[in-house]
Amino acid sequence: MRSLKDIISRLMEIPDEGTTPERYRIVRRNIAILMLIITLFPLALITAINYLDYQTALRNETLAPMRALVNKAKYSFELFLTERLSTLNFISSAYTYDELTDEKNLNRIFRILRREFEGFVDLDLIDSYGNQVSYAGPYYFQGNNYAGQGWFEQLKVNGIYISDVFRGYQRFPNVAIAVQHVPEDGREWIVRATINIDKFDNLITSMNLDPESDAFLINRQGMLQTKSKFYGDVLDQPALVPPKSFEPVVVEQRDSLGRDVFLAYSYLNSTDFIFVLVKPRPWVMKSWYASRADLLIIFLMGLVAIFVVVLRLTDITMKRVKESDDKRLLAMREMEHSHKLSSIGRLAAGVAHEVNNPLAIVNEKAGLIKDLIEYKADFPDKEKFLNLVEAIIQTVDRCRVITHRLLGFARRTDVEIQVLDVNEVIKETLGFLEKEALYRNIAIKLNLDNNLPRTSSDKGQLQQVFLNLFNNAFAAIENGGTVYITTFERDEKMLGVTVEDTGQGMSEETLKHIFEPFFTTKKAGYGTGLGLSITNGIIKRLGGEISVQSKLGEGTKFKIYIPKETQQHMGHFK
Amino acid sequence: MKEFKVLMVDDEEDFVRTLDERMQIRNLDTSVALSGEEAMKKLEESPPDVLLVDLKMPGMDGMEVLRRAREAYPGVQVVMLTGHGSEADEIEARRLGVFEYLRKPIPLDQLMRTLRAAYKKKLEDSMVAASFAEEGDFDTAREIMKPEKKNK
Repeated sequence: MRSLKDIISRLMEIPDEGTTPERYRIVRRNIAILMLIITLFPLALITAINYLDYQTALRNETLAPMRALVNKAKYSFELFLTERLSTLNFISSAYTYDELTDEKNLNRIFRILRREFEGFVDLDLIDSYGNQVSYAGPYYFQGNNYAGQGWFEQLKVNGIYISDVFRGYQRFPNVAIAVQHVPEDGREWIVRATINIDKFDNLITSMNLDPESDAFLINRQGMLQTKSKFYGDVLDQPALVPPKSFEPVVVEQRDSLGRDVFLAYSYLNSTDFIFVLVKPRPWVMKSWYASRADLLIIFLMGLVAIFVVVLRLTDITMKRVKESDDKRLLAMREMEHSHKLSSIGRLAAGVAHEVNNPLAIVNEKAGLIKDLIEYKADFPDKEKFLNLVEAIIQTVDRCRVITHRLLGFARRTDVEIQVLDVNEVIKETLGFLEKEALYRNIAIKLNLDNNLPRTSSDKGQLQQVFLNLFNNAFAAIENGGTVYITTFERDEKMLGVTVEDTGQGMSEETLKHIFEPFFTTKKAGYGTGLGLSITNGIIKRLGGEISVQSKLGEGTKFKIYIPKETQQHMGHFK
Repeated sequence: MKEFKVLMVDDEEDFVRTLDERMQIRNLDTSVALSGEEAMKKLEESPPDVLLVDLKMPGMDGMEVLRRAREAYPGVQVVMLTGHGSEADEIEARRLGVFEYLRKPIPLDQLMRTLRAAYKKKLEDSMVAASFAEEGDFDTAREIMKPEKKNK
């Protein structure tokens, strides 16, 4: 069973690498299938066992009464016939041949017989050659000779005879019975009687069968011997001849009406009769069908419940697993990010240091050239050279700004905490930009919360943060634009500041990178790409949060949260 | 007549010679030392008013020069000018009594302003010392000026 083994090992295998949806799908599927198998397999097994047990038990329970009924009926019929035969036996033994030959005597016996036993229709005496000797009954004596007839030969062999049913006097169904008397002196004679078997119908009626059931006698040729509810009248041929058995037996069969039926029957001793009880299968199995339906309903309900619970459980579990995986991944990414930042910082600082010394040399050399030119009155093209040298010096100055900012970015700075009013810090910082705002006709809309609680934080750092944000806002808008600055109390721990401009906004791609060092959208030489990176670093250091929303063409909104109480140890940028 | 006397210490000869020339154009009495050891020798030979010293140098570094100069020649003001210089260095330098801690590259006029301020400080110190001396508190005056001790 290689394939089965493969399937099992595939189910047990849980890929532990990666966080692709594929992996979660496989794990989820495997867990669900395993759980379903180990829960559904026993359930199905128990249901199946129950089903079979139940079926057998119920079958026996319903079929046993049928057998009992058949048995009882069989004995009733046998008793009836045996009684009649015994009576004939008694008559043939108690009287002599001569006494019976006398019609008067025979009539007297016949009258007593009719009084004591029901069903006797007539009585005759037949000698050993088959000649009818005397007769008592509704017909006239005819002197028939029965020698050579089948029943007579049979009687001579068996000593008794019971005929099949035939239509007799007034077309009642009759049975002929006969016994042979063999006296000591060897001259045998035969007493024969006809019996009305209405009594058989009474016996069947007294069984109180349900309306769907039928019971009747047939002979061995399958001819009906009593009336049948469904299969016709006496002497009709219902074509049901079950195999020979003198014990009650139940067989399943399809009857001539096309119904599935249970056939309970037994052959009657010493006659050709078979008693048959027919019950339609659905009727018999009614209670089984009901039980089976119950069983199935319970099974299906269990099935559904298990499915729902298992799938739900797996879902929840996998969701949890995924969540914790995501969290772990996020933490790892953050760690990576801060590692990256710190190594970038170290690199930047190293570069800045190394560049500073040659830069200083350039600065001094250029300065000396300038000095020399300035001090020489008659230097040719003095003006032009001075401009050139001045350009070098200014370029060095630009480099200096960059390297010093790089160092500032990498610098470990202790936070200096003091109690301050954030609104004041904002106003002060705006002071630096007053001239630019005036010159560019920029409107600054302040919406400061006058009840803002005082905060303990680092003023210098906050100023740098605000300056950065204001500068960015100014850079983003056209002349005549507006910058909105709002302060508010977020909750009992945090203050919020938003800086919103009506400028050009940013694309999503830009938004993703704006806090990364050296990312800039400004023209080369106009920005270091460190402003927001430093701002972000400071805010983190102060224990705050910074976020940004932006849409191209609609403007940008920076939102920062500052804790009311900054912890001194929140410390350093590593 | 030169304004005042400056000793510049830097292992970067190209830098320090050029700076020297520019200072002289600006009428300062400057001299150059290319290592910490040379600086200590020149200090001993003729102490300047202001000592301008680089931090990172092979051999004796700027911090050591600062420490020894402050110890032995407290009347000499020390300005540190460095291309490296971390926050920790600055704090250490200030603890050792540096007059100012500057970062390379620096516009010359800013450097000049700082050197003049340092010289002014030196003059003030000596004036304060003189006033103490006038009142007979020679210990304090000596403490301020700490006359050049040759051996400690």
